[in-house]
This record gives sequence, structure tokens and C-alpha cells, in this order.
Amino acid sequence: MSHPSPKSPALPRTLLSLLLCGAALGGAASAMAAPVKVGLALDISGPFAALGAEARDGFALGIKQLGGKLGGQDVEFVQADMAGSPDQAKQLVDRMIQRDKIDIFSGPIGSNVALAVGPTLFNAKVPYLSANAGPSQFAGAQCNAYFFGTAYQNDQFHEAAGKFAQDRGFKKTVLIAPNYPAGKDALGGFKRQFKGQVADELYTKLGQIDYAAELAQLRAAKPDSIYFFLPGAMGINFIKQFVGAGLSKDITLVTSGFSADEDVIGAVGEPMLGLFNTSHWAHDLDNAANKAFVAAFRKEYNGRYPSVYAAQAYDAILAMDAAVKQSGGNAQNREAVVAALKKANYASTRGSFKYANNHYPVENFYLRVIGKDAQGKVTNKLINTVLTNYGDSYADKCPLK
Amino acid sequence: MSGILVLEQLLNGLGYGLMLFLLAAGLTLVFGIMDVLNLAHGSLFMSGAYVAAEAHTRTGSFTAAIVIAVAVTVVVALLLEVLLMRRLYTRDHLAQVLATFGVILVADDIVKMAWGPSPVMAPTPAALSGPIELVDGLPYPSYRLVILAGGLLVALALYLLVNHTRIGMRVRAGASDRPMAELMGVRVGRIFNGVFLLGAALAALAGALMGPIVAVQVGMGEAILIPALVVLVIGGIGSVRGAFVAALMVGVVDTIGRAFVPMLLRATLPPATAADLGPLFAEVAMYALMVIVLIFRPSGLFSARS
Repeated sequence: MSHPSPKSPALPRTLLSLLLCGAALGGAASAMAAPVKVGLALDISGPFAALGAEARDGFALGIKQLGGKLGGQDVEFVQADMAGSPDQAKQLVDRMIQRDKIDIFSGPIGSNVALAVGPTLFNAKVPYLSANAGPSQFAGAQCNAYFFGTAYQNDQFHEAAGKFAQDRGFKKTVLIAPNYPAGKDALGGFKRQFKGQVADELYTKLGQIDYAAELAQLRAAKPDSIYFFLPGAMGINFIKQFVGAGLSKDITLVTSGFSADEDVIGAVGEPMLGLFNTSHWAHDLDNAANKAFVAAFRKEYNGRYPSVYAAQAYDAILAMDAAVKQSGGNAQNREAVVAALKKANYASTRGSFKYANNHYPVENFYLRVIGKDAQGKVTNKLINTVLTNYGDSYADKCPLK
Repeated sequence: MSGILVLEQLLNGLGYGLMLFLLAAGLTLVFGIMDVLNLAHGSLFMSGAYVAAEAHTRTGSFTAAIVIAVAVTVVVALLLEVLLMRRLYTRDHLAQVLATFGVILVADDIVKMAWGPSPVMAPTPAALSGPIELVDGLPYPSYRLVILAGGLLVALALYLLVNHTRIGMRVRAGASDRPMAELMGVRVGRIFNGVFLLGAALAALAGALMGPIVAVQVGMGEAILIPALVVLVIGGIGSVRGAFVAALMVGVVDTIGRAFVPMLLRATLPPATAADLGPLFAEVAMYALMVIVLIFRPSGLFSARS
């Protein structure tokens, strides 16, 4: 121990001092320009993988169009894969807050992930733009000034589907959803608008892929329609197995836009023709911002139509851009950012909308049907508006004004 | 509860059980003969599923996809055996578990690099995507019937191989009393190589067949490894017959747990409570079966070493 090792510690020390210099320089640079730090959660693996990939493409397009800036400020995007796992997400978001010191957060697909990371973000007063998940928990008594459900409140989607099922005159239906927060919001929302008989409510495991047991129960229950909320690969397999089991002859599938969007259509294809579904957005929705977005998206991604997840992610980037600009370019001023976000003053792909007191949108919901476009490609077509300027059912329990 | 519902669920359970058997057969032979616990068996299952999905998309042929998946996985298993498993034969179980667990992590990362983190879509062959009317009022998905038939055929072939051939006799001898078998001139080590590769081929076949039903994704091998290990324990280590019976039992119990228990719960409890309790019972059912069997037969149903 008395002799120093032949490799003198001088080299590491030099490296260390270099690094310290670099850090100091970096610190000095940031003191001058203070780039906005945005934490982006990308669910590119796990049960929401396909949805996460869509959202990632939407984020990427928005960021690219803005030249990598928000409100004219330099931005550093801190990206991480939450894998649809609440535990993993909590750790990653803790790191984003403590190490990376993020100013704005957006991303997670799953409501279970949103619920897991919400409180940490609220404590750190980091504005959280939820580009997909809209759990009911954050809509009512537990609403928070720093939370924005920029896309929708979970129940709304399913209330629109329930309204459609009611208008169509279905008598007896079976409901099926994964056993997690958004699944419960889904079935609750559907039942709020559907007045017919609900013969059965099936909750499956989140991420379940094999539906043989559930399909056998459906066959036994003999309903005239089924309402299913199974996002991503779950829905893809459910529809394929539903058709494979010969159930499509007698039972009409009713669903929300989640299970009948471009990610699902691409995987299932023709068997989905004629499937009705509801959404707050459609790729053929007629407004200038949307037309520009869809054209740019198709150009960027080999003619693929964007899904609702891509549109929502793109929208979240636009909302951040507007908020940073309207708060005077100072993203560290959280109150100003929140006040600017609340105005929702930007060209959303869904057209204009406003926020209710709980920071969830009041917006239109549309009926879409899966058909073929001019090139014979299977895709969604907008039919009409199901619910106009529709808010959520929890806003009056939220203490925010 | 109608007869058709019960019949349909029974078929579902048997199909799942047969796939578990394909996995557990290789696992139980390797463990039984060489006393090697190979956790990477699930990774071979994953390899079969990924290669089959890829080959199916490229060649458009379901049969070719299965053949390619099995061939590629056997080559992978051969490399694994030569590079790693050979060094583990004389080590204790802990070393084997650690090393093969390492293989799982490496395999998952390789798959992630090659196919990305998102699940891959394994197409169902077009000819098998519709239903077949089994009995009046029960159209059953034809693809699941193919799985049932395939699983039964393989089980029969394996039964004949193990119980009615000379090689099979040596395999059984090696499994029940290795030192004695070696004393009688059976080259257990060489037989093991063959058994290891056969196990890999069965795992790959299961992966290739299951691909279109379960999601082809990173980590799918770990998820199914646990029921396969339960089958191995229930059936008795080293017994192919035990693995067969146990796999069917686990398959049926799993389906009962997933289908009938939640149904009964929903009949008596509010849907939300039933929804929280149902999956819990379903997951417990398999372990409960294992506990019950082990109480009465501590070394499994048909232990090769009893």
C-alpha cells in the first residue's frame, strides 16, 4: 500500500478537472440562455407500446417543425421509456425532477402511470400536460393547478360511445375493459349515456392478449352488441380473436376511438371495415391546423395516417410552445406558464376548445366509421358530431376556480 | 351455465395446457437427466416466436415459418450448449440459475436490438383465421384447433420416443438413476446434448404456434416460464408423462380461474369488487393446485426419481 500504483492518479485528476471546467462552462452558458427543460415520457415498450410509438412520432414531428425550440427558447428534451409501468415511471420522473430539473412534463400513455407520477410532479410544481391519459381522479376532488388533461377526460370518450350506442338502439350489451383506472373510467362513462341492459361487465388483466375465456362468456351471454375498451395490442388481439371465433355474425362491436385507430387498423385490416367509433379528433377533421398536421405527418412517415395519440402528442408540443411564448419566454416562472396553458390559445388539431375549471377540455366528440379512402386504404372517416362542447362529469367537484 | 360454454372453455384450457407441455417437456428432461436448471428455456420460446413472426412476414408461408423458427432456435441452443451449458453441468443449482438468468437478460437485449422494444405482430395464417363449427352453436377458432392438434401430435410422438425406443430407454434410465445408467454404459452426457436440443426445438415450436395468440414481445419467455416451472414441479422432475398430465391440469385450472371464478363472483358481488378479486383468484388457482398436489405427493405426480 505504500507505493502508489504505476498508473499515477494524475490522469484521472486531469480528467476530473477538465470535467469540472466543462460543468462550470455549461453552468455559465445555462445562466445566460437557460434552455427550457422538458421531460417526455415515451411508453415505447410494455402494454402501451404501439400507442407510445404513435405519440413519439407526434412529439418528434412537432419538435422538428418548431426547430427544436419552444416559444423561441432553446429546449432540452429529457426522454425516457416508462414502459407502461407505474413503478418504473415514478423512478424516472423523480430523476427528471431532481437531476435534470425539468420545467415541463408530458407523455405517459397509461392512466395508471399518470396517477403514479402526478403527485411527485405536483409537489415539485412542474406543469404536467397529459397528452393522453385523463384519469377521473385528477378531474374531481384531487384536481391540481399544475395538471392539464390536454387531450380529454377518460370518461368523455366512452360517454360519447355510450351516446352512440343509445342512439343506435342497442338493447343488450356486454362491456369489457382492462382492470386499471382508465378501464373503470371507460365502463363508468359508457354506462352514463347508455340506457339499455348491460348484461355483463368483464374486467381483464392489463396487457392481456388471449381472450379465449372472455369470448366464450360473450357467446354464452348472447348480447346484440359489445362495448370494448382495450387500447393497443390488447384491442388488436381482441378484434382478431372475436372475428376468428365467429362472433362477428351476431354481435355488433362498439368501441371508442382508442381501439379503432390507425395503430389497430394497420394490424387488423379488413375485418374492421364498418366499425363505428367515437373520438375528439379525426384525421379528416376540417380545420386548417389539422390539415397541415396530417399532411406533414404523412409526408414524414411514408404516407401513414396519424392516430389520435400522434395528434395529441403533437398538440401537447404546440401547447407548450404557446405557453412558453405567452409567459414571456420564462419557463421557470411556473405560475405564468400555468396561466398561459389555461388560455389554450394555440391552433389545436381538434379546432378550438377551452378548459373547464379542472383543466380538462370542453370539446366536441365525433362519430367515425372505418372505411376505405380514395386509394383503397382502410382508414377512419368522420361521420358527424355526437356531443358538442362537452365537458366532463367531475369538474364541479374540483375546488379550482 | 350452458354445456357449450363449458366445452369451449375446456378446449381453451387444453390448448393452453398443450403449449405449456411443449415448454415443460424440454425443461423437465434437462433438469431430470442432467440436474441442470435452465431458466433460459423461456428465451428459446421467445426466439421461436420472433423468428416465426419474421419468417412468416417474409415468406408468407406459415409452415415455412415454423420450420425456420425451429431450425434457427436449435442452432441457437447448440451454441448456448457449447459455449455455456457445458461449463455448468458440474456446478450447483445456484450457479446454474445465476448463469441462465444472465442469458435471459442478454437474450432480451439482443431481441430488443434486433426487433425494437415494441411487440411484433405475428400474423395468423389467412386460411385459419375463421371459425369451424364444432358442434351446433359452437364455432371454434380454427387456429386454436391447429394448436390443439399440433400439441397432441407432439405429445404422442414424444411419448413413443421416450417409452418405446432404445434412445428413450436410455433417457429414462439417465433420468431415474444417472450413476447406475452410466455404470451400465449409457453415455448420459451425449444423450443430454440431444435432449437439450430436442427441448429447444419443442420450446421454439410452442413459441411459433403461440405467437399469433399471445403478443410477440420482449420478456414473453419469462412470463410463461413460471407456469412451465409449476408444471415441472407438479408433474415430477424428469417425467414426460408427469409434465403432460400436469400441463393439462394447469391449463384447465387456469381457464377455470380466469373464466368461471370471476363469473361466480360477478353473480354475487358488485362488478367493481368482482373485477378486483377475480384476477386475484385466477392467479392463485395455479399455485393452489401446486400446493394441493405437493401435500399429497411431495415429489410430484410421476417423479422419475421416486
